[in-house]
Amino acid sequence: MSRRAHNLGLAGLALVIAAAPLFFPNSYFYDVAVNALLLAVVCVGLNLLIGYGGQISLGHAGFYALGAYGSALLTGRLGVPPLAALVAAAAAVGTIAYLIGRPILRLKGHTLAMATLGVGIIIHIVLKTESGLTGGPDGLAVDPFTVMGVAVTGDRAWYWVAGAVLLAAVRLAGNLTDSPVGRALRAVHGSEIAAEVMGIDTARAKVQVFVVSAVFASVAGSLFAHKSGFITPDIGSFFRSVELVTMVVLGGMASTHGAVVGAVLLTILPQVLATFEEYEAMVLGAIMMATMIFLPKGLVPGIRLAARRWGAVR
Amino acid sequence: MLAGFLQYLFAGLTSGAIYALAGLGFAIIYNASHVINFAQGEFIMIGGMAAATLAAAGMPLPLAAVAAVVVTMLVGMALEKLAIEPARDAGVVAIIIVTIGASIFLRGVAQLLWDKGFHSLPAFSGERPLAVLGATLMPQSLWVLGVSVAMIALIWWFFNRTVYGKAMLATSYNSVAAVLVGINAKRVLLVSFALSAMLGAVGGIVVTPITFTNTDAGIMLGLKGFAAAVLGGLGSGLGAVVGGLLVGIAEAFAAGYLSSAYKDAIAFVIILFVLMFLPTGLFGKKGVDRA
Repeated sequence: MSRRAHNLGLAGLALVIAAAPLFFPNSYFYDVAVNALLLAVVCVGLNLLIGYGGQISLGHAGFYALGAYGSALLTGRLGVPPLAALVAAAAAVGTIAYLIGRPILRLKGHTLAMATLGVGIIIHIVLKTESGLTGGPDGLAVDPFTVMGVAVTGDRAWYWVAGAVLLAAVRLAGNLTDSPVGRALRAVHGSEIAAEVMGIDTARAKVQVFVVSAVFASVAGSLFAHKSGFITPDIGSFFRSVELVTMVVLGGMASTHGAVVGAVLLTILPQVLATFEEYEAMVLGAIMMATMIFLPKGLVPGIRLAARRWGAVR
Repeated sequence: MLAGFLQYLFAGLTSGAIYALAGLGFAIIYNASHVINFAQGEFIMIGGMAAATLAAAGMPLPLAAVAAVVVTMLVGMALEKLAIEPARDAGVVAIIIVTIGASIFLRGVAQLLWDKGFHSLPAFSGERPLAVLGATLMPQSLWVLGVSVAMIALIWWFFNRTVYGKAMLATSYNSVAAVLVGINAKRVLLVSFALSAMLGAVGGIVVTPITFTNTDAGIMLGLKGFAAAVLGGLGSGLGAVVGGLLVGIAEAFAAGYLSSAYKDAIAFVIILFVLMFLPTGLFGKKGVDRA
């Protein structure tokens, strides 16, 4: 995509984020919207991995939870300023992702899916078990987010913070897909062998997007912890990881806006279905299967394609 | 000392047998199609839950078990026909997502059909424990091991001594060549799902008197079966069986000697270890492609 198209897309997204609160009747809507925006940040990162790297991660909720617990513990126990804690947690998560990705992504096939599945579940079990540190299944209280003495409080303030972070994430993702790494990954998608013949270190490119996607998840997790003020290990469960993958594939692989749309839709869905809570798992599973069967490219690219076809027929 | 060791070994072999059956299910489907079927664990859950429900409704145990296996096989075949086959051309990532979706969907349906509580079956031949060198062995553990050996033998016979089994093996070696000699690739996939569902259901039924079952029971059992298949080498039947027993034993010893809280993490530590240091698994095809 050209720089101009990126800027247009970014401006469009900014406009939607700015205008959406006009339709929020109360603070409950802000609360749901903040969750949606933060999960959208995770999905924009995960989309780089799935859509451009051609790999799936079944452990991103684990990275999200590590960011959340890292921030909570560094600020609560050691008194580290929240922003520094967020950066430290993200650096740690990025390092973990690098240590996993580096050996695993040299192998062909979907070994990353298996490895991340293992890592995600281990993280979840550790968070549940080490109750002396994490509070165990009972959860952990988190201090508010303060920058230079000013605390971000209330759902409205968090809405603007989360919106700004999402815009920054989309911008970064756009820069990455237009960088040599992004072009290398697109070449890998076309033909891995051809890309290698051209001298692209395909494994290295995949490791880079994996690390970036893990860092995005960690940052979103840190912000979520401060915003909600209380976290439990379940934010890092296998089910949550699967939900994140579903958001990306539903919105559309290799489409940054698709990832945002998927995250927003699947965050709102359980709120809408709240009275039918027992159907939630069934509906989520059905969405995953139906998307892959009927709309394998996802909603946003699918709609774009349909619109183009319709235009051509006319 | 010895008694404790034996006790953990019995526990490990019993759960290992179930992981072996699940791992074998992963291997059969992987061979037929290179699909990793994450819904494998739900077959275990459906088998156990259906048998428990039917038995509780008054059906004789053997009949309830057979009916539960048949139901699970029908679910497996429906899954292949309605979800896997239509997504066949969408690539491996898409199909992995379909099977995860199917697993969540089946669990969701089970939660609607059944309550969240635990269900059980009576032990097949009494509850009186046998004393072995100071350790106790429940008769049901012998049932689990015996039935698992019988299932593994049956699968071996099917793949090595019947024309259908050989056709399926041929497909796993070279699917294009198999189609050229007249093997129906779609049917191979359908049969592989039926067989995997059968293995899962049988495992779920024999273990229910020991561990009980509920609608969430399939997640961990399935993922540990997956760990077994990875340890043995994806696609290797023998590997899945050995891998299953090793995962079960490692888990039981870790729970006994190290920490019972981390029992469930062992299988996943094994997955990471295998992927990093032994990517072909114990019995996998050598010469893995390096990217």
